[in-house]
Amino acid sequence: MTSTPLPDHGIRPAPPGSGYDTELPSHIGDVIVRADGIEKYFGDNHVLRGVNLEVRQREAVMLIGRSGSGKTTLLRCINFLEEPTVGSIEIDGLILEADPLRSRSRSHQEQIRQMRIRAGMLFQDFNLFPHMSVIQNCIEAPTRVLKQPKATAVEHADYFLEVVGLAEKRDEYPDRLSGGQKQRVAIARALCMEPKILLFDEPTSALDPELIGEVLRVMEDLAHSGTTMIVVTHEMHFARQAADRVVFMENGVVVEQGPAEQMLDAPREDGTKRFLRRFLDR
Amino acid sequence: MTTGLGSEAAKIQPEILRRIGASQAAAHTRNRIVYVVVWGLLAIGFIGAMVLAGDVDPTFFIESGPVIVLQGAPITIFVCVVSIVLATILAIFGALGRLSTNSAINAVAGFYVSLIRGTPLLVQIFFIYFALPQAGIILDAIPAGIIALSLNYGAYMTEIFRAGIQAVPRGQAEAAQALGMPERLLFRRIVLPQAVRIVTPAIANDFIAMLKDSALISTIGVRETLFLGQRIGRTAFEPIAALLIVALVYWGLTILFSYFQEKLERRMARGDR
Repeated sequence: MTSTPLPDHGIRPAPPGSGYDTELPSHIGDVIVRADGIEKYFGDNHVLRGVNLEVRQREAVMLIGRSGSGKTTLLRCINFLEEPTVGSIEIDGLILEADPLRSRSRSHQEQIRQMRIRAGMLFQDFNLFPHMSVIQNCIEAPTRVLKQPKATAVEHADYFLEVVGLAEKRDEYPDRLSGGQKQRVAIARALCMEPKILLFDEPTSALDPELIGEVLRVMEDLAHSGTTMIVVTHEMHFARQAADRVVFMENGVVVEQGPAEQMLDAPREDGTKRFLRRFLDR
Repeated sequence: MTTGLGSEAAKIQPEILRRIGASQAAAHTRNRIVYVVVWGLLAIGFIGAMVLAGDVDPTFFIESGPVIVLQGAPITIFVCVVSIVLATILAIFGALGRLSTNSAINAVAGFYVSLIRGTPLLVQIFFIYFALPQAGIILDAIPAGIIALSLNYGAYMTEIFRAGIQAVPRGQAEAAQALGMPERLLFRRIVLPQAVRIVTPAIANDFIAMLKDSALISTIGVRETLFLGQRIGRTAFEPIAALLIVALVYWGLTILFSYFQEKLERRMARGDR
């Protein structure tokens, strides 16, 4: 893929809340996504207990933690697939306050939709549309949601399919693709919406081990070419390769965060240490 | 030693495999022949017994059979095709109503399904043809029959479509939402096409059931298969023979459309499109 060189902003002091101790990595820009005071209850189950998270332009953030720690819920709250109980989400200047009491109201739904257009989401089980070919999967939302002319949408789709290495599969149907290929098509489909950020929800958990690599490689290329992303993952090796910053969650709060090497090699909190020890032992 | 055994086995193997394959193919052919012969004997025996018991004049068969087939069957097929299309449209809206979060819409759909499923089709046909004129709505027999069949099957198919829509994986709607699709677009482009694929075998099944239920609209004078058979039978004093022809027409139509249904299902099973 053609990767443009990352911009160099020089050495800057890290602002509070950025997740970096002293200085920001040079390629990273301004805050583009901000989760503020996110609380989420499922019935009586208090899943998120006040999460604050900022993500900056061109930053790759990996969310790690045990299953049940709330990382997937946080990711789903960011594009309102789950409406937070309390808190607000900001994506690219659009701020939306959680309002579960009027979550069915038309104006709130429309605001949620505007948020979602700004964020691309990747799922564990891909969720390609089985009744559409690869290229149709990719142009459906651009033509019908963004109202792009079909020719433009097809051109973009072909480009992004090239990026994920599946240009020759453009006319296949999803049932003819392997799991790894499906996830790569899903990535191309998300990129066609030209989102400000990509949200990955354990994108390789449903894959056979030999297919994980091809998906992670695409994601790593995207990260290194400056795609802003949040990735919920258990792939620590990948996190080390691709992450600018790693965020560790436990019991619905962010326990610790920092640059990838520091978090994975020299975590400070006991919770992080325990979690990583279990992972690295295997 | 092991290699010796292996090569010997390798020499025997193709021969054994060929013989297994041949015996399986022979058994399959044998089974088909037995099936067709027994089926055919039963059909001939059954029809023969009816002809003998009913003291049927064979010339009536030859003269009236084609008339009933050529004039009655097309009406039966026409009424059923139109009705299944209307019933499908009704069922999609019915299912949407049943799944609506709006309680009033929900109640309308629930009432419709309850009323139709709780009363006999024949009563519904009479109501539409005989009772509606009291309210100033006068319908010809064919439109009345089509409306009755559509309303009736629409109610049953509402439940089929509801199940079909619910069977589309939740992740499909989530993926569409995440792409910013508004609710209607999501339903029309993502959920409905997949639900239709899920319920197509059930709709085909209902169509075949409707072919026979449509005989009920002979009671309001639609000149379909049963109506024609009865009228021709009465005038020729051959009521049993006419009834036999009518039964054979419905049976033939069922066999014909079951064959199409089987082909359709096999095509759908091949791919997820």
